[in-house]
Amino acid sequence: MAAEMEPPPLGNAGETDFRELEDGEDLFVSTVTTLEYPEPSSPEPASLPAEDISINSNGPKQKDVSFDDDPEDLFAEATEEVSLDSPEREPILSDGPSPAITPVTPTTMLTPRMDLGAADMFERSLDEIEEDNNGDTFDIHIAVSDPEKVGDGMNAYMGYKVTTKTSMTIFNKNETTVRRRFSDFLGLHSKLASKYLHIGYIVPPAPEKSIVGMTKVKVGKEDLSSAEFVEKRRSALERYLMRTVKHPVLLKDPDVIMFLESSELPRAVSTQALSGAGILRMVNKAADAVNKMTIKMNESDAWFEEKHQQFENLDLQLRKLHASVESLVCHRKELSVNTASFAKSAAMLGNSEDHTALSRALSQLAEVEEKIDRLHQDQAYADFYLFSELLGDYVRLITAVKSVFDQRMKTWSKWQDTQLLLQKKRESEAKLQFANKPDKLQQAKDEIKEVRSTLEGKVEQGEKDFELISKTIRKEVSRFEKERVKDFKAVIIKYLESLVQTQQQLIKYWEAFLPEAKAIA
Amino acid sequence: FLSYLLFGHGINVDLQTDATLQVDISDALSERDKVKFTVHTKSTLPNFKQNEFSVVRQHEEFIWLHDSFVENEEYAGYIIPPAPPRPDFDASREKLQKLGEGEGSMTKEEFTKMKQELEAEYLAIFKKTVAMHEVFLCRVAAHPVLRKDLNFHVFLEYNQDLSVRGKNKREKMEDFFKNVVKSADGVLVAGVKDVDDFFEHEKTFLLEYHNRVKDASAKSDRMIRSHKSAADDINRIASTLYTLGTQDSTDVCKYWTKLFPLFSKLSKIEARVAADEDLKLADLLKYYLRESQAAKDLLYRRGRALVDYENANKALDKARAKNKDVLQAETSQQVCCQKFEKISESAKQELIDFKTRRVAAFRKNLVELAELELKHAKGNLQLLQSCLGVLKGDT
Repeated sequence: MAAEMEPPPLGNAGETDFRELEDGEDLFVSTVTTLEYPEPSSPEPASLPAEDISINSNGPKQKDVSFDDDPEDLFAEATEEVSLDSPEREPILSDGPSPAITPVTPTTMLTPRMDLGAADMFERSLDEIEEDNNGDTFDIHIAVSDPEKVGDGMNAYMGYKVTTKTSMTIFNKNETTVRRRFSDFLGLHSKLASKYLHIGYIVPPAPEKSIVGMTKVKVGKEDLSSAEFVEKRRSALERYLMRTVKHPVLLKDPDVIMFLESSELPRAVSTQALSGAGILRMVNKAADAVNKMTIKMNESDAWFEEKHQQFENLDLQLRKLHASVESLVCHRKELSVNTASFAKSAAMLGNSEDHTALSRALSQLAEVEEKIDRLHQDQAYADFYLFSELLGDYVRLITAVKSVFDQRMKTWSKWQDTQLLLQKKRESEAKLQFANKPDKLQQAKDEIKEVRSTLEGKVEQGEKDFELISKTIRKEVSRFEKERVKDFKAVIIKYLESLVQTQQQLIKYWEAFLPEAKAIA
Repeated sequence: FLSYLLFGHGINVDLQTDATLQVDISDALSERDKVKFTVHTKSTLPNFKQNEFSVVRQHEEFIWLHDSFVENEEYAGYIIPPAPPRPDFDASREKLQKLGEGEGSMTKEEFTKMKQELEAEYLAIFKKTVAMHEVFLCRVAAHPVLRKDLNFHVFLEYNQDLSVRGKNKREKMEDFFKNVVKSADGVLVAGVKDVDDFFEHEKTFLLEYHNRVKDASAKSDRMIRSHKSAADDINRIASTLYTLGTQDSTDVCKYWTKLFPLFSKLSKIEARVAADEDLKLADLLKYYLRESQAAKDLLYRRGRALVDYENANKALDKARAKNKDVLQAETSQQVCCQKFEKISESAKQELIDFKTRRVAAFRKNLVELAELELKHAKGNLQLLQSCLGVLKGDT
């Protein structure tokens, strides 16, 4: 796929790395056949010595910095740990070729405890990574356009044109156009979520399904509301893709690249609500909710506590704001309709007024009001597409952030459970020492020992997983907050500019009317 | 009190406030379910015991005065100034009550803010009702004939309660039936073609005009209500922005804190726009809805008199033909003729005055409406541009 390989961060390049690592780890060829945690005795390729790492051509600042950057690059290879007992087992269910996923155990990489001060270093190095993405600067623009209805009746669907313009080398061409349907987008999100959510990456949520909206379109209702629905969806899909590619890790994900470049995409059936996958999803969601309530985590890291609370508050306020803006959109539309209606009425009144000058002035008033009604309509449109949709996106994004925090909790919980299990095994081992069954004793002792050492490995792994996800989340949150600032600033400015325009038009209209009113003699 | 309100309202611009009789409402008190207006009079007329005096009146007494004009045959040829609408604080009171009940569910700031807004709304309605009552009195005082009415003088001067109780159920029913009969009759009377071009034109004009003013008044009310709702939404957005500003510790925080005062001010301006539209447009239309109805009533009375006159003529002819009760028929015909001619004469002038008043009032209000809209739009613009400047300058 990717033509060129940039100077590899780890000494091996992008895609090819996959396969190399894969071959090295012959236990893990495809996701489906993986059955358990990777062995502690991980194959060598994964455990590259720390010293080898030189991430950027700019050179890392200190050893510590390079340390921190490693997982970033490792994850650039889109790795995933696969385990049947983890609830987020969606990979099995998503159809279409899932790229070979290589579990990588960053064994010697991580330091057990992260300094809080390291967070700052994260941000700096993250910047550098973003800028120096394999040598590419972030330059990609995606447009979703030309919605076209394909087929008829209830099997009909909306096809969208997705155009990617980029100078980045991970893509085959500078400009690619493909046709995608809504379920393709959902399928992409589903794959990304299954790969990245549980290791702490904030995967941008896909636009929501709408049975009502889509049915109207399918049935062929060619009215204003279904046109609005299609436009709303098109815009949402575009924003979704842009957000996804803005994420430095997701951008390089083969599923994403395939989505943007490949002319044919296997249908993502599992995204249908009532499919087997859909139902499993719902069951998992319920299970998750229950688990969340029962997991009582000892938060040793104040940063997480604080951030979690912050996001809860933000969620609440953004939802409130979103609701108010939606109400504003609604009332502005209403105002537009009522102004138009009043304009007509004023025109009629002007007609029946028998004083000529007053009659003319009233007609002028009617015209002004008619223009104003269109102004209100445009403003409502801006209210919606700029302000309201942004807020809606962020409400959904925050849900993704919260779920990432939950994943961390789950990881912790798993670690703790394993630890408890280990404890039990140790106890039984100790008991065996003093048992009085000499013949069976040695065998039992050996068995227990083996199980215990396996568990020890698992506990170690669990701790590392927990460390890793915590680290990743910190990075992700900082990236998220930076993006948020940029996003909001851009949109707010655009929105205020739309308000300015409305006021300027209003001034124009009323200034034109004033002399007419004064002319009434 | 708020005599500036009279001119602020601009409903009736032409009213001569001459020294012989000046009436205004100098004070008003809102008590539970009634409003007490202090009617203040200044007069050089000999009929009054003093040159300046005040009495307290309630809404029912205004209605009594109005009805006494309507029922007076002598005033059949005049446009009776429309009665002021009943003070209606129900909606506002309900909102204040709901706010009180929901006090626990909102923050202290939100509560105080909403309370202030509702109180302002209450005050606005209050001012409006005072103005409406005042306009009625001033119209009467300005009318060359009505100002001499005895009931009017009693109303102004008698410092005891006029004991004008509101109509009881039976009387209300009677009124209802009277109105039904009247409107049926009105249709009949209206059907009679008038010989006089002026009145024929006026009839057609007023009928159509009245209906269209009614429609415009309703539509303007709806438009203004939507406007108010939008202003309320902007206010709520401002509140949430404030909360976000206090909670958020990231860089986005500074945007919230800059946006909060902007939206807060924007919402105030939008509310003012809605209020001004209400005052200059909606109230104007409502008032002329009532006045055009009063003018229609005048035409009806004239039409009725015309029909009576024509019937009397026919009766006279019949009597003469039969040569029976001729004198009676002659007298009756004479009376009808006089009545009709009297009404016609004053009606013509009244209708011309009505047009003058109407044109002047519309002119004043439309000009003021446009000026206020411009003022507010410019205010909005300035706020937005200055905020944008700050935001853009911030990197």
